[in-house]
Amino acid sequence: MHPIISKSIIYFLLAVCGLFMVVPFIWMISTSLMTQSEFNKNDAIFIPKEEYYVWNKDGVEHKIILVTERGSESVIHVLDENNQIAAEYPEYMSVPSSEIEFVKKKPSIHLDNYTRAFRQVPFATYFANTIFVSIVTLIGVFLTSILAAYAFARMEFKGSDFIFYLFLSMMIVPQPVYLISSYMLLDKFNWLDTYYALIVPWCVNIFTIFLFRQHFKSLPQELFDAASIDGCSTFGMLWRIVLPLSKPIIATASIFSLISSWNSFMWPLVMVDRPELRVLQVGLSYFNQEASTQTTLLMAASTFSILPILILFFIAQKQIIASYSRSGLKD
Amino acid sequence: MKTSLKITPYIYLLPALVLVVLFRLVPIVMSFIISFFEFRVTGSGDFIGLAKYAEMFRDAEFWQSMLNTFWLVAFVVPASIVFPLLFAVLLNQIKFMKGFFRTIYFMPFVTSLVAISIVWKIIYAEQGGLANTFLGWLGMEPLLWLGEPKGIFTLLFSSLGVQIPAWMGGPSLALVSIIILTIWKSLGYNTIIYVAGLQNISKVYYEAAEIDGANKFRQFFNLTVPLVSPTTFYVLLMTTIVSFQTFAQVYLMTDKGGPLGTTKLIVYYIYEKGFDDLDMGYASAVALVLFVFVLGLTILQRRLEKHVNY
Repeated sequence: MHPIISKSIIYFLLAVCGLFMVVPFIWMISTSLMTQSEFNKNDAIFIPKEEYYVWNKDGVEHKIILVTERGSESVIHVLDENNQIAAEYPEYMSVPSSEIEFVKKKPSIHLDNYTRAFRQVPFATYFANTIFVSIVTLIGVFLTSILAAYAFARMEFKGSDFIFYLFLSMMIVPQPVYLISSYMLLDKFNWLDTYYALIVPWCVNIFTIFLFRQHFKSLPQELFDAASIDGCSTFGMLWRIVLPLSKPIIATASIFSLISSWNSFMWPLVMVDRPELRVLQVGLSYFNQEASTQTTLLMAASTFSILPILILFFIAQKQIIASYSRSGLKD
Repeated sequence: MKTSLKITPYIYLLPALVLVVLFRLVPIVMSFIISFFEFRVTGSGDFIGLAKYAEMFRDAEFWQSMLNTFWLVAFVVPASIVFPLLFAVLLNQIKFMKGFFRTIYFMPFVTSLVAISIVWKIIYAEQGGLANTFLGWLGMEPLLWLGEPKGIFTLLFSSLGVQIPAWMGGPSLALVSIIILTIWKSLGYNTIIYVAGLQNISKVYYEAAEIDGANKFRQFFNLTVPLVSPTTFYVLLMTTIVSFQTFAQVYLMTDKGGPLGTTKLIVYYIYEKGFDDLDMGYASAVALVLFVFVLGLTILQRRLEKHVNY
């Protein structure tokens, strides 16, 4: 086959799949910029298109939308200036056709779904909770992982192998297995419905310990020998030698930790009930139940809930993809 | 000096060890114990031995959620190997825009399952949803996607005018809708893992095959597929473990695992039993069955891997 033809086929296949991957995102954003009536009437799908009639009733202009098929009758919705339904009329004929004017609006962007979603639900609180929980968890993960990995990698002690394999074996236990018992345990601590329940159990990350241990092991022994001769303590070595040489691996672990904290759902759903302690994902899931018919509001809420991670992803996409692809490689 | 050196490692290990023991090991052991108790009425429970396990054995809902989960795994796992391997091979053939494609394939993986589930719920909406609009473009009738309890094979065969028995119906269309989303979500991650796996294969093999006159298809099946098998085993294992734990999609997109319980997956069932019905013992028993399955599959796949690896 001619190379140009085969290359074209390759690009075509990649583009078709790429389209399948991004269309949900594009649709999410475009829908979040429409009014609900535009979404309901839309046959262009991605570009808002609104057609309506203006009814000049008693000198006041009302915007009206025709909705066919309520039962066997058609219903007229009269909207106010905020596009909310102000009144309903059972039949088309109840509006004299001479007073009606047809308007076809140009595509326009409505940012008010975002402000309305924010006004309807305390998303600002959810954001603040999520950021707080993510950052404190990140600090906790660093403290426990760096210290433990340093012990595993550069110290000899009794039970080192046993403890390490105990840690590793915990990693394959699925979260749902210990979800219920953790709930009962946190209940005993009186930690349910507190930040402790969201943060403390996640301040240890076995995968991060494993990642740091591999890296700390790879550092040359000569550095430690030299430092030891100079009278440097074990903590001094960790602080002055290991950490400065571990910046890339720390960056990788931060990305993993932030993404997983930001996206975690089942744990905070179960452990916290107070609305003011809800994290973003849980708040969004409640909003999904409450606003299930307000498609455009849901799309706006979904968009801004994934925006921070998407921005982080686009800024550091090369490193993020490389980190994840390394995580799948086995030694 | 000697003694202080001996405790030093334990001091370094202490914070992690305390947290792992307290929040992993203890709860795992507790799960096991709780499953032998009746917790329904008050906090303290009565010992009832294996009664919860016996109850589970007779529970039709448990078996249905197991069957649903198996359908999900059976569809998601092969798709998560075939498509990503194919895309990785294609991505490896190009230079221009390679990074661009990798980025957009990876996007669903980093974004939250909650937001993504909400978006896909609306994609599957009966009216105005993207899925039915797309069918409309193809001249097809709109489908009930998340509301259709009929099996996918029943639907496919009946569109050809063939009636098949109910037990051959396969997963419901509602479950298939969840399966499609689940594949979409993890496709990028597995593709990236395969891209990394392919880069570890030496070019020498392909040059030798070229000299022997093997065409691209033979090279793919006789060289790429076997040589990339360590990656395939990793993807197989991870995707299976993750698929068994599917929860958010069911919670957010369906009406309590409906229609007719055809999307009720095992983890959703654990959640429902534990936190809606407050039967912690029963939920723990089901969770342990899930654990035994995941553990068994892990061991089985490790064994298999040793036999098949090159």
